[in-house]
Amino acid sequence: MTTAPATPNTPILEVTDLAVDFASRRGRLPAVEGISLTLNAGETLAIVGESGSGKSVTALALMGLIPKPPGIIRSGTALYRGRDLLTLTEPELRRLRGQSIAMIFQEPMTSLNPVMKVGHQIMESVMLHTGADRRSARARALEMLERVQIADAARRLDAYPHELSGGMRQRVMIALALACDPDILIADEPTTALDVTVQAEVLEVMRAAGEETGTAILLITHDLGVVAEMADRVLVVYAGRSMEAGPVREVLRHPRHPYTRGLLASMPRLQRADPDDRPARLAEIPGQVPAPGEAPPGCPFAGRCEHALQRCHDEPQILTPQGSPEHRAACWRAGELGEPHD
Amino acid sequence: MLAYTLQRLLATIPVMAVVAIVVFSLLYLAPGDPAVVLAGEQATSEEIAYIRESLGLDDPYPVRLVRWIGDVLSGDLGTSVFSNRPVTTLIAQRLEPTVALTLAALVIAVALAVPLGVLAAWQAGKRIDRIVMGLAVLGFSVPVFVLGYLLIMLFSVGLEWLPVQGYRPIARGVGPFLTHLILPALSLGLVNAALIARITRATMIDVLGQDYIRTARAKGLSTSAVLLRHGLRNAAVPIVTIIGISFALLISGVVVTETVFNIPGLGRLTVDAILRRDYPVIQGLILVFSGVYVLVNLLVDLSYAWLDPRVRPGS
Amino acid sequence: MNATTAAVITPTAWREALGHHPGLVVGALVLAVLLLAAAFAPWITPVDPLQLAPLDRLARPGAEFWFGADLIGRDVFSRTVYGARVSLAVGLGVVVLAGSVGLVIGLLSGFVRALDNVLMRIMDGLMAIPSILLAVALIALTGAGLGNVIVAIAIAEVPRVARLVRSLTLALRKQPFVEAAVIAGTPFPVLLARHVLPNTLPPLLVQASYIFASAVLTESILSFIGAGTPPSIPSWGNIMADGRSVFHLAPHIVLFPGIALSLTVLAVNLVGDGLRDVLDPRFVKVR
Repeated sequence: MTTAPATPNTPILEVTDLAVDFASRRGRLPAVEGISLTLNAGETLAIVGESGSGKSVTALALMGLIPKPPGIIRSGTALYRGRDLLTLTEPELRRLRGQSIAMIFQEPMTSLNPVMKVGHQIMESVMLHTGADRRSARARALEMLERVQIADAARRLDAYPHELSGGMRQRVMIALALACDPDILIADEPTTALDVTVQAEVLEVMRAAGEETGTAILLITHDLGVVAEMADRVLVVYAGRSMEAGPVREVLRHPRHPYTRGLLASMPRLQRADPDDRPARLAEIPGQVPAPGEAPPGCPFAGRCEHALQRCHDEPQILTPQGSPEHRAACWRAGELGEPHD
Repeated sequence: MLAYTLQRLLATIPVMAVVAIVVFSLLYLAPGDPAVVLAGEQATSEEIAYIRESLGLDDPYPVRLVRWIGDVLSGDLGTSVFSNRPVTTLIAQRLEPTVALTLAALVIAVALAVPLGVLAAWQAGKRIDRIVMGLAVLGFSVPVFVLGYLLIMLFSVGLEWLPVQGYRPIARGVGPFLTHLILPALSLGLVNAALIARITRATMIDVLGQDYIRTARAKGLSTSAVLLRHGLRNAAVPIVTIIGISFALLISGVVVTETVFNIPGLGRLTVDAILRRDYPVIQGLILVFSGVYVLVNLLVDLSYAWLDPRVRPGS
Repeated sequence: MNATTAAVITPTAWREALGHHPGLVVGALVLAVLLLAAAFAPWITPVDPLQLAPLDRLARPGAEFWFGADLIGRDVFSRTVYGARVSLAVGLGVVVLAGSVGLVIGLLSGFVRALDNVLMRIMDGLMAIPSILLAVALIALTGAGLGNVIVAIAIAEVPRVARLVRSLTLALRKQPFVEAAVIAGTPFPVLLARHVLPNTLPPLLVQASYIFASAVLTESILSFIGAGTPPSIPSWGNIMADGRSVFHLAPHIVLFPGIALSLTVLAVNLVGDGLRDVLDPRFVKVR
């Protein structure tokens, strides 16, 4: 269990200018360049981006799970309850992991130990962090399984992961992560590997369980639909840099950054304004994400942006407020562009 | 589980059948006529023919095969041509030293190899890994008997800490038993340790790259818990497999080690029987060694169900 | 596209190879030296390996007898160098024989389901018998002689090759590109030559090096216990067997061939490991 519960709307995690490089045969390649974010207690912040945008690396860096060669944390601070996560020693980090900050991953199929009973895996965490004995740990594990709505939970405690479906396994992961009432839950693409029908269930379970424990959720995803459903605030990243940040409704309704607009425009729509219209082509953003180390000095999106100026190629822009201080975009032209076409 | 055990047990029968055929064929095809040997120098051709008949030596191959299998299954492995005593007796007499040597070597091998392999995997790519793996390649390459002689030179001749050769049964005192056993057990054990360490390391590296290890670390578990409870536990199946396979190496190694260290066990018996062309003894020994190997592999097979819940029937 | 087929032999390529795979290069060099020594044996040995010099029996290593002399005054150095010939011949012979027979059996097993069960049971049976004992039994039947030794050891090594080829074949048959070729009506020999063999040969090559090492070891053990190469031909195992009885007086007789044996096997294992790293992308060294 954590110490005094944080009051809602106070920042529980403040990341400033996080930069992570990876050493490779071709030299040091940047994966994350100056990402900052603030996570408030009890809220859900989504980090959205394509694969390779650095969102997972950010999360792993916060947990201290990036292998230190080849990964190098070039700069940045990550303040959690007054302590900089990036400077903590391994034993200190271990005390926080699972207990104060928990993480779940994308592949439920392989994220659970195949030779250990599911209940035992939850109990392991509980006994480690709370010093509980086996019986109370088992009771807690049972309670958590019920909270994530696993039917027949008592029997499922003794099941092995291969005996459960993908959706159930992910729910077990959620139960495991929340078992010690962490302040923060980092969820790295939790539903990407699941069937669409199961996705909604798992997200719902995550949201409900998170609300009950008052856990803040850092949700990493590439799916704007998930963002719309789950998140309170959103941060859009591209090629390791922040593009836009703000309250979800604001950003999704009035996107200021061309990249965000492109993302929204490329979402397939089921409804057509006129049923007789022939289906429109899927809008796509031309070009490709630059490989690490090959991004231009300016805005990494400049090469694919239809509104790019020469300035965009040369100078990067940082997040600047657009209208409300909450809603910020990193674009020289953010203010000039009108509403997106529909 | 019982059905699974029976199934694995039944699967050993064809294997032993092939072994039996190979072993029997050895005697069948071997040069020399046992009847002549039995009859003696002065025997007449009628006497020889009579002996051939009474022993059934002129019967066709399948008949003799079946008869021989029947004999084996009832505990009769034939009689030594050289010493005229039942092969089973000879084997029983020489059993203790070989069993002691094999078990000691196995214990040394596993006790050394698994921890070192885990260590090397955990520190993969770093210096300690290279050192351990360098030693492993070396150990894997030096033949058992060369290592034996090197150890003798160092510890017996050079430092004079340990006796050069021989075997002392445990009944005559644990001290001498150990001092005589340690060098041969080391030669045999170190070579096998090298092999087991290599596989342990490779398997552990594979396992440590799996997602559930990342989950375990994200739970805040200590390094030893991650390595052992989550890592090694999942690497158990291939590691147990290689331990089973190394048993075959142990068996071949026993022959040579007993020769180098002058230990009166089954290995020495094998060498003596070869030199004397004592086919019944060679046959019996091959049967015994193969049978033990098959049994060991059966146990390894069954252990999979215990170690890996995914293998268990009905899941 | 793997490193071996795309490699261009340039000086920088060599340096890279040495840096990334030192074991492979060192092992290959040692083997090359060995091969040369064996080939030019008559020229580099000052003394005839079979020549007796009873007055010099058990001479210590020195100026006249570089590795010392054995029980009946034969020069251990010469015998060791000639012994290299036996080991290399056995190693190569076993690899070629066991490799080809095992390949055929493995392919048959992989492609012809009716034969698979029978063949694999036989292989299992052969594998259950410890290889030394199997080789001994076979040699007892056929009599001593280098050729028989090679055949006997090869028979003991065939099962492992066959199993490897079989599992590779079975895995390959399930690959989409093989299925596509079959559906397109590719005739079997072409299928074999163009799809199956190129994917089977690299792992087989790696295995070949281990078989080579195993064969050399087995031959030396067999000769050591008196069941291998006939004593008239100097082989490392033979020389060591000769030196057994006088080990405490003249350890050099046992030690020098023993060291030669160890170095050879070590070199081959290094080459095998190196080949495995280079040819199989799964075994990328962790940096």
